[in-house]
Amino acid sequence: MDMNVKKKKLGLKEKYAHMTRGLDWQTSYQPMEKVFPQATFEGIKIHDWDKWEDPFRLTMDAYWKYQAEKERKLYAVLDAFAQNNGHLGITDARYLNAVKLFLTGISPLEYVAHRGFAAAGRNFPGVGPRVACLMQSVDEIRHAQTQIHAISNYNKHYDGFHDFKHMLERVWYLSVPKSFFDDAFSAGPFEWMIAIGFSFEYVLTNLLFVPFMSGAAYNGDMATVTFGFSAQSDEARHMTLGLECIKFMLEQDPDNLPIVQKWIDKWAWRGIRVLSLVGMMMDYMLPKRVMSWKEAWEIYFEQNGGALFADLARYGIKVPDCLTQCSEDKEHISHQTWATFYQYGGAAAFHTWMPNDEEMDWLSAKYPNTFDKYYRARFTYWRDEAEKGNRFYSNTLPMLCQVCQIPMLFTEPGDPTKICYRESEYEGEKYHTCSDGCKHIFDDEPEKYVQSWLPVHQIYQGNCFPEGTDPTAEGFDPLAAVLDWYHFNNGHDNLDFEGSRDQANFAAWRGMATKNT
Amino acid sequence: MAVQALKDYKFPPADAQENFHGAQLLYVGWDDHLMFCAPFAYCLPPNTPFSDLCQKFMAHSFGYHPDWKNVDFSKVTWLKSGQPWQPDMNKTLAELGLKHKDALRFQTPGLKGINGSSS
Ligand SMILES: [Fe+2]
Ligand SMILES: [Fe+2]
Repeated sequence: MDMNVKKKKLGLKEKYAHMTRGLDWQTSYQPMEKVFPQATFEGIKIHDWDKWEDPFRLTMDAYWKYQAEKERKLYAVLDAFAQNNGHLGITDARYLNAVKLFLTGISPLEYVAHRGFAAAGRNFPGVGPRVACLMQSVDEIRHAQTQIHAISNYNKHYDGFHDFKHMLERVWYLSVPKSFFDDAFSAGPFEWMIAIGFSFEYVLTNLLFVPFMSGAAYNGDMATVTFGFSAQSDEARHMTLGLECIKFMLEQDPDNLPIVQKWIDKWAWRGIRVLSLVGMMMDYMLPKRVMSWKEAWEIYFEQNGGALFADLARYGIKVPDCLTQCSEDKEHISHQTWATFYQYGGAAAFHTWMPNDEEMDWLSAKYPNTFDKYYRARFTYWRDEAEKGNRFYSNTLPMLCQVCQIPMLFTEPGDPTKICYRESEYEGEKYHTCSDGCKHIFDDEPEKYVQSWLPVHQIYQGNCFPEGTDPTAEGFDPLAAVLDWYHFNNGHDNLDFEGSRDQANFAAWRGMATKNT
Repeated sequence: MAVQALKDYKFPPADAQENFHGAQLLYVGWDDHLMFCAPFAYCLPPNTPFSDLCQKFMAHSFGYHPDWKNVDFSKVTWLKSGQPWQPDMNKTLAELGLKHKDALRFQTPGLKGINGSSS
């Protein structure tokens, strides 16, 4: 007689169905729209959440098992790195400043991404994206933790690594990445998914993650390389989620197209502005360079991004207008951004310097149309003056863009000799932006950006001094008070690399490791 | 377009003039001198004479540049919000009608930065 034998194990497909779709239910005590109040206000129309496809079909139990394995390997490498003085294996102590930029500017964003994906997961009525967002949320907090652990080794030996969390909330240039994420997090869940899931994780991630990780590999930073590898498989999943999400929105209702297009335009531009920091890192902060920012832009954005937009064209998505300016900007932004940090290096938690002759020649070769014509004279002048003991530090605060919060350092399209000024008026008050892209974003939602916490204006309002400071006291030094409030170690974390404690210590320790005297 | 929000969305601007303790913001950029990466932001009382802005505050900020000593203020041309504008050195910011967060640019004919590179 035939008997139905109970299967001991579920197949992958069944397991996935039970552990994702099977976890959903219709609420009965409260109407669904009260349980999911953020599902509709952005104007996105979803008719059937079950149409959501999860290409990875990862379940939570498999997730834990797989990630735990990766984490064990990562921490074994980090321990070995710490025990063997791995920090002395880097090319040159100047490299450390790229790691400082990463720890202070990027790692805290991993944490905000964790919170944002948790919130998006909570707010989507569909179970498919809820589970995917949950996993990405856990990924992001792991990324924050593993980065902090990897980089904490450097904190034992070098300046500027000691208080990244505090700094994120206060320091003028960290307001750039912070405001990017605050802007996304204070939008609804669908805009969050376009901002972070799509623009950041899909369109721009290769311009952020790859340069830092290959920069680390080229410069002997095994700690950073290791967490890069550990995060790589997660990144592939995040990219897929971002792409799936945008396609899902576009397939659900034709009315979603203009909203999605608007968000892509906005977040591509905001992301590109944040990437100015990566551009200068690649061209100026890596002692051993991987490729120029311009080359990275051409490969990862113009080629790969071009293929992506060609794919999205069948949904009616167009390449954002503001991107036409980028093919011109790619020749300038890294030089302009480094020049900015060089002159405001008194108020940065990392060191700055002017490139040497060999590095200037590399820049000329990589930027034949622009470096010699617009930047070499400036940089040579600064270097010569520094050698004479007259190193340039700007002594006045810069004007900032109301949207991206970067100093107004970008030049006019078509004329790299003139600063680009854009102005809007809202309810009788003036607002300044750095570009057509940022002005467009401001004009679309002025109610949002009038609230921007602009570090320069906050300093002038007197909000950036330690408690109990009396700015009217005799001999009050506002810069010193601001640096104190930032928790900078004035004289060690900031200023030129030449003459820094990092430079001296690295040379002495490496000398002990490699020489007999 | 208005912001999409769950509730009434109305917040005061973070940089209203009353937050600056009686002073106002004024931005000044020097055309063709990109050694100064961005225009400067000043926070000054409205009764500041324009001559003080030029001789004291701007001299402090721009003085590092070798062109600064050759600036002849009688030949300088000014733009306010991108439009030609003519200041009177003896008047104050308020008397000249300069408002909170106005942006000025000045051009110094004949001076083109380090080696003429607009730096
Ligand atoms: Fe991440
Ligand atoms: Fe901007």
